[in-house]
Amino acid sequence: MQLELKNVTKAFGDFVANDSISLTVEPGQVHTLLGENGAGKSTLMNVLFGLYQPTAGEILLNGQPVRFSGPGDAMARGIGMVHQHFMLVPVFTVAENIALGHEDTKGGRLDLKTTARKVREISARFGFDIDPDALVEDLPVGVQQRVEIIKALIRDAELLILDEPTAVLTPQETDELLRIIKQLRDGGTSIIFISHKLREVKEISDVITVIRRGKVVGTADPSASSSELASLMVGRDVQLNLNRVPAEGGSPALEVKNLSVVATNGTLLLDDVSLSVAEGEVLAVAGVQGNGQTELVESIMGLRPVQSGSVSLHGDVLTGRPVKEVLRYGVGYVPEDRNVEGLVGEFSVAENLVLDQLDRPEIAGRLSLHRAAVARNASDKIEEFDIRTGSASAAASTLSGGNQQKIVLAREFSRPLRLLVASQPTRGVDVGSIEFLHRRILRERDTGTAVVLVSTELDEVLEMGDRIAVMYHGKLMGIVPGGTSREVLGLMMAGSTAEEAFEAAAGSAQPGSEENLV
Amino acid sequence: MSETTKGRQGWRAFVRSDGFVSVLAVVLSLIVGGILIAVTNKDAQASAAYFFAQPGDFFRDAWNAASGAYAAMFRSAIFNYEGATATEMFNPLSETLTQATPLITASLGVAIAFRAGLFNIGAQGQVIIGAAVAGFVGFRLHLPAPLHILLVVLAAALGGAAWGGLAGWLKAKTGAHEVITTIMLNYVATYLLAFVLLTPLMQRTGSSDPVSEVIDPTAVFPQLIPGTTLRVHLGFVIAILATVFTWWLLSRSKLGYRLRAVGANPEAARTAGISVAACTVIAMALSGAMAGLAGASQVSGTEMFVAEGIAATIGFDAITVALLARSKPLWVFLAALLFGAFRAGGVGMQTDTGTPVDIVLVVQSLIVLFIAAPALTRTIFGIRDRKKAAKAPKAPKSAPPAPPAETPAAQAATVEGGAA
Repeated sequence: MQLELKNVTKAFGDFVANDSISLTVEPGQVHTLLGENGAGKSTLMNVLFGLYQPTAGEILLNGQPVRFSGPGDAMARGIGMVHQHFMLVPVFTVAENIALGHEDTKGGRLDLKTTARKVREISARFGFDIDPDALVEDLPVGVQQRVEIIKALIRDAELLILDEPTAVLTPQETDELLRIIKQLRDGGTSIIFISHKLREVKEISDVITVIRRGKVVGTADPSASSSELASLMVGRDVQLNLNRVPAEGGSPALEVKNLSVVATNGTLLLDDVSLSVAEGEVLAVAGVQGNGQTELVESIMGLRPVQSGSVSLHGDVLTGRPVKEVLRYGVGYVPEDRNVEGLVGEFSVAENLVLDQLDRPEIAGRLSLHRAAVARNASDKIEEFDIRTGSASAAASTLSGGNQQKIVLAREFSRPLRLLVASQPTRGVDVGSIEFLHRRILRERDTGTAVVLVSTELDEVLEMGDRIAVMYHGKLMGIVPGGTSREVLGLMMAGSTAEEAFEAAAGSAQPGSEENLV
Repeated sequence: MSETTKGRQGWRAFVRSDGFVSVLAVVLSLIVGGILIAVTNKDAQASAAYFFAQPGDFFRDAWNAASGAYAAMFRSAIFNYEGATATEMFNPLSETLTQATPLITASLGVAIAFRAGLFNIGAQGQVIIGAAVAGFVGFRLHLPAPLHILLVVLAAALGGAAWGGLAGWLKAKTGAHEVITTIMLNYVATYLLAFVLLTPLMQRTGSSDPVSEVIDPTAVFPQLIPGTTLRVHLGFVIAILATVFTWWLLSRSKLGYRLRAVGANPEAARTAGISVAACTVIAMALSGAMAGLAGASQVSGTEMFVAEGIAATIGFDAITVALLARSKPLWVFLAALLFGAFRAGGVGMQTDTGTPVDIVLVVQSLIVLFIAAPALTRTIFGIRDRKKAAKAPKAPKSAPPAPPAETPAAQAATVEGGAA
């Protein structure tokens, strides 16, 4: 199917989310929309999918102007969408999920057999390996995503929109998805691929359209360099390569010994993890989301009781101490989800900048906050960390993700640190801010602070880690040197030990994997 | 951007603000209350019988009923322009302030808890305990006036604090939800008082009724304007001080900052090393102390002895007031004055025009209803929803054309908007 957007504009009041966007997706083409968070990609797709009505402009399918009043219309015309957050019912089977809203019936009764047969057909055609009777909640994320794709295909989608589809996948699952996308494309399906991950964009795209602040700022060839793409996306030169100097091994700072955490229902969340981080070293902790990284970080911070094992910093035991003491001991913490644990959204920027600083006598006396000091602290930090906000009294929730994260980092860097624990420090942060945050973390490292950086993004792990620890199902699969190949890391993230992974990687001899490195 | 558009935007922001919804809710409730007064009025009912022959009669009678009732309310709540002496003229205002006095402190208590993320339904019980303790100190101890008064106030605050703090402690220690525990503690307080009033500990000597001794004159709050019949008393000054204190606590103090952080995002507060458990207990204790003060003004300000109905419905009205004022101390003060005026005015309305005092309760309840459903209130006045407008990226100045109601739309919009 050929899709053409002609001068599509979508405005919310005075704010123009999409400003006269024109693009054409040819049949059997992978058309990538590249842009930062908030650039207007999702809004555009919601317009295309009938969730929003365009303020101006038109949508043409195979040359015919169309108007969708809802997703149902769009689906009926052959447009399918796989959302970033899956729209699946966990306790339903694959077939039940796929039938939902599009049920096959026989004499008024639900006919899941027909649906299951169709699922098997599609599954066989694309090599999906999906059992229609499996419960969705039992499936790995990558397979759940395939269920979403089948949902679109079973409704005869000729144009598939994939919104940030790789955000939740392991590198292996990502490769599998890219393979599927190529197969669909070769079968004539048009694909709109939304992403800000340059590596996969370069690998999969036929055409790249770059969107910035709601406008098309240019198209790029997939052969363009990552730095070019990033610069186009951000609108200024971006140094993707931090030119980092490797760490000089200092004496051990953080020592985690045989740490185990058990959930209330008895499952082992953290299974006998031991690691150490030296002064002036970044230990990157890789792994697919939910493999014990959260528990590891929270046990270090004293936010979670541990079953056994110990955490010590420069020989002093931290386990069993309340959070307040751990912080006072010189541990900086960038929590996993800044909106949940890092910031009080309705508090002002200034108030958030002193959230864990009330012990400092210059910030607060015995009874009251020193308002002048809080304000001065805010203006200093806003300048130093380039926090883009209208004013220090604006609510933190009104800032962009990158600027919110700068608040958290600025706050944690306000006191002398011996250890920085940063969990997903750049999730949902724009490329420009990522660069800034990474540089600040490295600068902190260079002053001799030990850094534990948890990330599910391999790019970040490879960029930042002096050594890389990989976690799987609460276990540490091994600690490997920085710059270890994606393939090895990917295998470890899927449950291989370091030795097995190196062996398998050496044996499989995939010369392609190395050149995919950005 | 020119000055006029700036001004217009400021006005628009005000109109969409939550505070303005509170104002609208009051206006709307008064209108609905007026309609109720009109349709229950005997004259209006009579003229409704021949409505199609002479509709004008009905509208005239209805208008007279509603306007008459509200005028009577004004005369007995704010200023009696028909009064012969200054005292008569200002007595309504004094009554309003007297009625508002316990409500102010109790509502401040509920507001403190709200800001700390706690729903203190237990103000009623805390008022009762405060009143019982105040009464006990008032008639059992015999001390010189200023000291006696101070002790009454302190004891009431401590009593309320203990009762509120108990619920906070239960929550912090065991996770028991404060809504459940405070409701139950209300019953405990009510029946505990009923019981104690029949024991020699409190019961008036020679009486078989459940009433306490009358407090010593040294424990009575002095009138603010001595030598008149105006009842407004020292408790009102205490209420003003409590308002200022609460304002300072919530917007200037270190403790208040912690309480608000816990209320707005307990996870972030915990991560920042703030003890959520300690804040829960402290917030509930402070909340209870404020309610306890209300008990003291009931006993030492107006009633002079303790009886079963000593707390009236102050504890429950306090929740309404705190909601109406969105837990902002200065607004709480004003909202409590409004409710004090309703109470004072309701009585006058009944005696002057025969309109049942219950209509005031209807109006009060409607206020809560309209505040609880801000979307309804905004729709009635044709104001677009601020929250929905804010969902669009970058907080647009006017609302987007209503997107379809599908959840993916809302989610997608939030995702994009949140990241913008």
